[in-house]
Amino acid sequence: MAEQFVNVDNLSVHYYGQTAIRDISFSMKKGTIVGVIGPNGAGKSTLMKAMLGLEKFGGRVSFFGNNINNMRKKIAYVPQRNSIDWDFPVRVDDVVLMGRFMHIPWYKRASKKDRERAKAALVKVGMESYSNRQIGELSGGQQQRVFLARALAQDADLFFLDEPFVGIDVRSEEIIVNILHQLRNEGKTMFIIHHDLSKVEKYFDQLVLLNQVLIQAGAVEDVYQPSFLKEAYQGNAAILKEGNEMVVVGP
Amino acid sequence: MIANIESFIFQLMNYPYLQNALLAAILVGIICGVIGCFIILRGMALMGDAISHAVLPGVVIAYMVGASFFIGAVITGVLTALAIGFISQNSRIKEDSAIGIMFTAMFALGVVMITALQGTSVDLWHILFGNVLAVSQTDLYITMGIGIFVLLTIFVFYRPLLLSSFDETMAKATGLPVKWIHYMLMLLLSFVTVASLQTVGIILVVAMLITPGATAYLLTERFSVMLFLSALFGIISAVSGLFWSVIYDVSSGASIVLVASAIFIFFFFFAPKQGLVFKWLRTPKRESKIS
Repeated sequence: MAEQFVNVDNLSVHYYGQTAIRDISFSMKKGTIVGVIGPNGAGKSTLMKAMLGLEKFGGRVSFFGNNINNMRKKIAYVPQRNSIDWDFPVRVDDVVLMGRFMHIPWYKRASKKDRERAKAALVKVGMESYSNRQIGELSGGQQQRVFLARALAQDADLFFLDEPFVGIDVRSEEIIVNILHQLRNEGKTMFIIHHDLSKVEKYFDQLVLLNQVLIQAGAVEDVYQPSFLKEAYQGNAAILKEGNEMVVVGP
Repeated sequence: MIANIESFIFQLMNYPYLQNALLAAILVGIICGVIGCFIILRGMALMGDAISHAVLPGVVIAYMVGASFFIGAVITGVLTALAIGFISQNSRIKEDSAIGIMFTAMFALGVVMITALQGTSVDLWHILFGNVLAVSQTDLYITMGIGIFVLLTIFVFYRPLLLSSFDETMAKATGLPVKWIHYMLMLLLSFVTVASLQTVGIILVVAMLITPGATAYLLTERFSVMLFLSALFGIISAVSGLFWSVIYDVSSGASIVLVASAIFIFFFFFAPKQGLVFKWLRTPKRESKIS
């Protein structure tokens, strides 16, 4: 039987002698939504980039027993919104079709099937009526849904999302969360960077809490504890108890 | 005006050198327009300027040793691109500064070499500003070869080029060799610069790279359409620029660039969606009073 875990062993990344992240190890089961949380500068994006093999790192990463290079077509990536040039001349349907690019051989054009797959993904995120719009004309939440559609069109097994919930409307958030849950039920695995601490329990099954080093990883109820959060956020977060609800006020 | 056009057509039919010039100018308009779109969207306008200036010493050396100026230019163009990458990756110097250092150094080297060779057949003025009317049959073949190569490369690698220009991180994550794509574009850029040497010259190549593409950028929301429009504006600039230069006996390269600039200015104000005039008209009165 194939290996069921994403394993990260002693992962470290250094920039010019500065440590960005050090000795991070965790193991996440297939079919879960994993939140990667920590304060600004904790190395969340670095961790994700190292896992994707975009950053030189020490240690070992394996996806269901595979090296990243054998998994690339099966990994979808949703970028942070501020890393995209929203004036770029592409329309919504062009962006979603990019999710099919790695499946199309270089000598072929995008087939009708590829286009249908992209269209279906767009319908799923409720953005089909915007397919002819230039991407910069959409709201933040709509843009995020389009990029999620691109990831869906890719037919991936693993999803990496960088801050998908920043600056989006309630409806988009709801649609995205529903799709993530649906993907989990189909056995897909998701890693999601999330920088504030609100709604952590609503979004994720598992957490990786870090601040350069791993603070704690595991089920949300085990990791989302005042002591660990204090350790990760140090003085930058106040933690209040409101009945059973825990509220964390970020910096 | 009609008489001028008739005279231009008459000359065109009777003088083969003018036919060569027109063909070369059209080809340059197309390939500069197409490569220019990538240069604009990847924020590499300064790089375009750099590579075009950096080919100068290569051209001079090629003249000195009697080799094809094409080879010399491509070598120094690519070397400069590599050197810029090397400097910015191995020091705290940012890329734009590295570009500033390298291209002026290369250009100065070229100028020193030319002035040292005074009295030979190397004509600085022609290299710097082009002389499309001196395009030989061989030059035309070289330009055609470059044109076909560049267009074919872009056609074949359209998807990787688009993805890596739009979302570099995803491109890397899906395993595309993003660095190689960058250097491939630099190579194409050197080719295009060389092909444009005689038409518009080193100094003005960057205008043919940036201006038609920028105009197209104001008019469309699709990358494929932008490529097409940019090439179209390149052709229009080439043909009408050559026309003005023949009729009024002025520099061909500069006329071509002026036409491209005029088209840009027109659409800067009157493009349906992005044009300034229509943006003003769309602004509600209330808001404009506040500002």
